Amino acid sequence: MLIKKPDPIKASEITPEPIYRNRRLFMQGLAGSAALALSGGAAAIPAYDLDADAPRYPGPDWLQSKLRAGARNEALSTAEKPAPYVNVITHNNFYEFGTGKQDPSRKAQNFKTDPWSVEIAGEVDKPGTYALEDLLQPHGIEERIYRLRCVEAWSMVIPWMGFPLGDLLKRFGPTSRAKYVAFTTLLDPEQMPGQGGFFSTLDWPYVEGLRMDEAMHPLTLLAVGLYGNALPPQNGAPFRLVVPWKYGFKSIKSIVRIELTESMPVTTWNQTAPNEYGFYANVNPEVDHPRWSQATERRLPSSLFSPNIIDTKPFNGYGDQVASLYSGMDLRKWF
Amino acid sequence: MVLTPERLRRLALWWLVFLLPLLPLAWLVERALAMDLGADPAQAIVQFTGIWTLRLLFVTLAVTPLRLMFRWAWLQRYRRMFGLYTLFYAVVHLLAFATFILGWRPDLLLRELSERPYIIVGTLALLLLIPLGVTSTRGMQRRLGPKWAKLHRLVYLIALLAMLHFIWQIRSSFQEQLIYGLILAWLLGFRLWKRRRRSRGARRQTA
Ligand code: HEM
Repeated sequence: MLIKKPDPIKASEITPEPIYRNRRLFMQGLAGSAALALSGGAAAIPAYDLDADAPRYPGPDWLQSKLRAGARNEALSTAEKPAPYVNVITHNNFYEFGTGKQDPSRKAQNFKTDPWSVEIAGEVDKPGTYALEDLLQPHGIEERIYRLRCVEAWSMVIPWMGFPLGDLLKRFGPTSRAKYVAFTTLLDPEQMPGQGGFFSTLDWPYVEGLRMDEAMHPLTLLAVGLYGNALPPQNGAPFRLVVPWKYGFKSIKSIVRIELTESMPVTTWNQTAPNEYGFYANVNPEVDHPRWSQATERRLPSSLFSPNIIDTKPFNGYGDQVASLYSGMDLRKWF
Repeated sequence: MVLTPERLRRLALWWLVFLLPLLPLAWLVERALAMDLGADPAQAIVQFTGIWTLRLLFVTLAVTPLRLMFRWAWLQRYRRMFGLYTLFYAVVHLLAFATFILGWRPDLLLRELSERPYIIVGTLALLLLIPLGVTSTRGMQRRLGPKWAKLHRLVYLIALLAMLHFIWQIRSSFQEQLIYGLILAWLLGFRLWKRRRRSRGARRQTA
């Protein structure tokens, strides 16, 4: 649902003053989402200055209350300045909706993200298919501000709302044979025009995977929101992965299936161009992609006056937390 | 000088052909000034100028086939303009890349120009365009004589390099590359076909 710009009539003209003031405080706090403003309440997420005319995505009712209860996890959030909301929702690589950066924000607006169900399959004690609402029910949502480093050598800072993937996996009882986790995006060429193409080099649906210890790592997030609102469809609504120390393509969007497996899953980009995209895809300034140097990145939004080039850090700056997962591995070979 | 209707028509046509190829650039500048190129204006500008370089190159290459097919003799006069615009857009494309993406950092320039195959062939295409631009004047044409035509056959190599530059950027869809590739195949195929017909005709005459 899109919420339009605020009405040109001043709210103070039609609303009793105390309520108005309350609401204004609230709107400052919660991104001015009109739908949220109507339901009132306190802002748990710190104030965001969202671009006034950018669309808002409040999400289904059941999600709104969860989002509102969420607070920022300061310990796991970067202090860097998040990219403006409008940039986060209009600069997306989501090839199911087209290969241009702005294609997803144009073509995904009618993407149906509610109701949504997710299948948990493979090496778990309790496989099954669950409505997203039920799947998320026991999990509290928190905010994490992460760096996102795209393999195309640009990066953004994004305030996600979500919860650790590990918490979810534990609930379903991984068996001793569970060594990897495979994720699958929705396959629906009717809604996702990019999947119908004769010209596509990718096999749909999109599949990504993690090793079990990567999946259980506390930084690995299942996101359902950003900037205090629900995930916009172009950002992978209603349910996506965020793995901040890996290139962005690992952070699969619009997940419908999570399967625990014994062998390493065949993942989409790795299968398409194994010499360009590894299974691990850890951010590594020392291993270049044939098209992009990975030694530096352009932090977006960049302006024409400053390309905003910064040095890329190993593991996207999360090395202290995750480097130990790969001790003893040759990261040039396992790129 | 008297402005006869014929001369007036020619003048108007010249201005039209002169101004038309500037429209894409004008549009781009307008978008850029309005800050309406998204989160990554640098990439948007490089992609836009790149595709227009290729399009103008194709327009230049289309002059001869169109002239022959539709007997548009007047078109020939504008071939040089299209060629120079191709060079112009290629230079803007390169400058945009060096300025907005690499910030003129010497280490990054050196790295991109030496390590990325698709950048190397793009640069080669641009470098080869320069002598063609320099020798595009009527005076040079006269001075070089038959060598001029030989030199300007480089444009076919340039087109192939530019196409390779584009093909090497395929990620998940080759639709655009296929369309441009088919157009180029036609532009070059037309010439081969003409040449074969000509040489066959010549052989028949000598036999
Ligand atoms: C005659 C010369 C050239 C032609 C015809 C040409 C054409 C193109 C085309 C068609 C594209 C794809 C645009 C798109 O994706 O829509 C492109 C992209 C690009 N070109 Fe060129 N190019 C030329 C020279 C160069 C040179 C000299 C450089 C740099 C040294 C260069 C650097 C790039 C880069 C970096 C991109 C990719 C932008 C991105 O997608 O991130 N090109 N070019």
